[in-house]
Amino acid sequence: MPFINTSSPHQQNQSSVPDLMRKVLLALIPGALACLYYFGFGVLVNIVIASATALASETIMLNLRHYPVRRYLTDYSALVTAILLALALPATVPWWLTVIATSFAIVIAKQLYGGLGYNPFNPAMIGYVVALIAFPQQMTQWPVPQPGGALGLLDVLLLQLTGTLSDPAILDAVTSATPMDQIKTGIGLNRTIGEISTGALFGTVAGRGWELVNLLFLLGGLWLLWKKVINWQIPVAVLSALFFWSWMFNLYDGDLYSSPFFHLFSGGTMLCAFFIATDPVTASTTHWGRLIYGMGIGILTFIIRNWGGYPDGIAFAVILMNMAVPTIDYYTQPRVFGHQDED
Amino acid sequence: MRGLKLFKIRGGVHPNANKQATHDRNIAKLPVPGLLRIPLLQHIGSPAQPVVKLGDYVLKGQLLARPQGAISAPVHAPTSGKIVSIGKYQAPHPSGLPVPTITLKTDGKDEWTQTWEYEDPFQMEPAKIAEIVANAGIVGMGGATFPSAVKLGLRNRYQLEKLIINGAECEPYLTCDSRLMQEHAAEIIDGIRIMMHALGVTETLIAVEKNKPDAITSLEQAAGDHPGIKVVGVPVQYPMGSEKHLTQTLIGKETPARALTADLGVVVHNVATAYAIHDALRNSRPLISRIVTVTGAAIQNPGNYQVLIGTPVSHIIDCCGGLKNDPEKLILGGPMMGQPLPSTKVPIIKGSGGILALTSKEVPMKDPSPCIRCASCVNVCPCGLLPLEMAIRAKAGDLDGAAEYGLMDCISCGSCSYVCPSHIPLVQYFNYAKGALTEKQRAQHKQEEIKRLIEARKERMEKQAKAKKEKLARRKAEMAEKKKQVSETSA
Repeated sequence: MPFINTSSPHQQNQSSVPDLMRKVLLALIPGALACLYYFGFGVLVNIVIASATALASETIMLNLRHYPVRRYLTDYSALVTAILLALALPATVPWWLTVIATSFAIVIAKQLYGGLGYNPFNPAMIGYVVALIAFPQQMTQWPVPQPGGALGLLDVLLLQLTGTLSDPAILDAVTSATPMDQIKTGIGLNRTIGEISTGALFGTVAGRGWELVNLLFLLGGLWLLWKKVINWQIPVAVLSALFFWSWMFNLYDGDLYSSPFFHLFSGGTMLCAFFIATDPVTASTTHWGRLIYGMGIGILTFIIRNWGGYPDGIAFAVILMNMAVPTIDYYTQPRVFGHQDED
Repeated sequence: MRGLKLFKIRGGVHPNANKQATHDRNIAKLPVPGLLRIPLLQHIGSPAQPVVKLGDYVLKGQLLARPQGAISAPVHAPTSGKIVSIGKYQAPHPSGLPVPTITLKTDGKDEWTQTWEYEDPFQMEPAKIAEIVANAGIVGMGGATFPSAVKLGLRNRYQLEKLIINGAECEPYLTCDSRLMQEHAAEIIDGIRIMMHALGVTETLIAVEKNKPDAITSLEQAAGDHPGIKVVGVPVQYPMGSEKHLTQTLIGKETPARALTADLGVVVHNVATAYAIHDALRNSRPLISRIVTVTGAAIQNPGNYQVLIGTPVSHIIDCCGGLKNDPEKLILGGPMMGQPLPSTKVPIIKGSGGILALTSKEVPMKDPSPCIRCASCVNVCPCGLLPLEMAIRAKAGDLDGAAEYGLMDCISCGSCSYVCPSHIPLVQYFNYAKGALTEKQRAQHKQEEIKRLIEARKERMEKQAKAKKEKLARRKAEMAEKKKQVSETSA
């Protein structure tokens, strides 16, 4: 006869951390496939290296901290970090850069802060920022988007594992700066948005290839919303803040500031809005807090994209807003039932 | 009437109702067991004081123990028999600690003590109705077990407008209220009319969750065209049956923290309480039995049973054909707020609405993992709290921090734990912290009281010493004066 003294409630719904993480991974698939299609096998190489590094460093750290390895590895949180980071890295980076970024993310940004649930900063974005600051040159060269990829599998492996190519002369032809980077450089050279975006890298509203990648991440994100894995406030706030400010500035001077649709469908916007900014551990937990947090990311991204030193500002925007989360949460606590007159 | 405007409550969850196993089972009478264990503390307040002696022969409905203090309730004999022990016995509480209990050896005759007919309740003074309800030992039967007569007396202190009858039955599995509403609607309506008279209100809303259309129909038919009684179907949303949340749903106002719904002019009673009040006023019968839902996948014949107060859980399970497989959990009450049973020896009391024997398939045990701050708990909290923040503080022993985040406003409904993907036993943390905080405040109060007494004593001692000194000095002065006089006279 069971007389286990457990507390109520005795009934629970079916959600679990591994289940949430699995759904996030599933939702990433369409966008990741689009990346693979346009940027080539380098995307896959990044994912494989980052995943292996993340699982290895997570295992080592869990062992050192005397935590049950199997249980924590199978919550898939390390894998989510690895894949988000891998998708953010250019598909041409050398293998050691992926290893450094991923292990920094897992060991320092996650485990040294106490592991899952205790890290104040988004580990994937910390890993990305470390790589961006330490290796700016490798981090700003993207393969030219081209159906099927600009490089063959052999060249990708050569490039990422040994740093050479079968024909070194083609390197400049197959890699280039991102459209966002080109706009930044172009504006610096007194060219207008209209002139810059006639380039071969530009598509309908944003960068060629990047448009579809962002659209598919958006679809994956909508699926997560539908499955109630993420809350609507953060993506809506990120996207509407980014849209609003870029629209205002675009209206003010269309030659100097890109269209709002360019911002929404360029770089990592959709990946950030639905997959990175919504990382529960490092995001705000209240209704108004999530809106403020998301808007902060949208505005900071816009500011860094236009006036900062980096072509895309998402990683910095996320980390800066991570820092503000405890304060935001403190000041946006919901009104407690029966306390009408306070605040 | 379904046209009443309803108001939304925040949060809440939609657990699987699991009511199908017992929903269509008519209320059946359970055979009288050989021994009844009747705890003297089945209500909120002080325990009742026995008025019978060991070896006494008592009749069904006879008073066994009388209330003590302002908030208390009497206890009556559920059947005829002999008192075989007056002592302590394990209570149906997770602690399993013993409470004062009278044990009755039943004689199988089930012979009533003398009953009488009261005059028409609608001609009675409201105070007289409250007195009869108090003497019948009626307490809130939804589980809160607050003495009902005290609630009926609220008209003396509050401006009352409405009576709300709680037939929400939002707990999964339980169907006892639903069956009662279907089978005894007329009696419930009569009980409600008596309460309306006692409270001096002209309007009653009977709230039933919309997943019980049969109960709604029965009540509507029984209420007929009574102008003041409306049956309202409320949304199926746990915890709809929480008194303050039900009130908000129906009248759109929040009860201020640490106040009563009476502050809004509303008194809330359970349907089973209304039935018990009818029985007390019309048949002069005290509260000696209740309807219990016995269910769960481990029970052979699930159903709704009219059970005498004091019936051991083991007897009830045996009468339901026993257990068909080993349950993972045995619970008294519903799965959301019920208590795990410390043993099957414990008796049924006035507030127990269900016995659940749940298999591991129904309630899989899951190990807790770290909080990922997903804030699912924040989304579902009907009280607008941040359970994750409270839990961190409670876990770290920071009770004041938890209190600052609203610990004392938590109603322990369990919605947060229900949705937690990390399976963190949040309610357990909160219940622990609430207890520890109360204990701490009590200790602090005691310490302050001791300090005050010590200081008072010090002051008193000083005063005494000073008085003594002054007296001594005076005496000395007098002596010196005397000596002087003596020496003067002698000189």
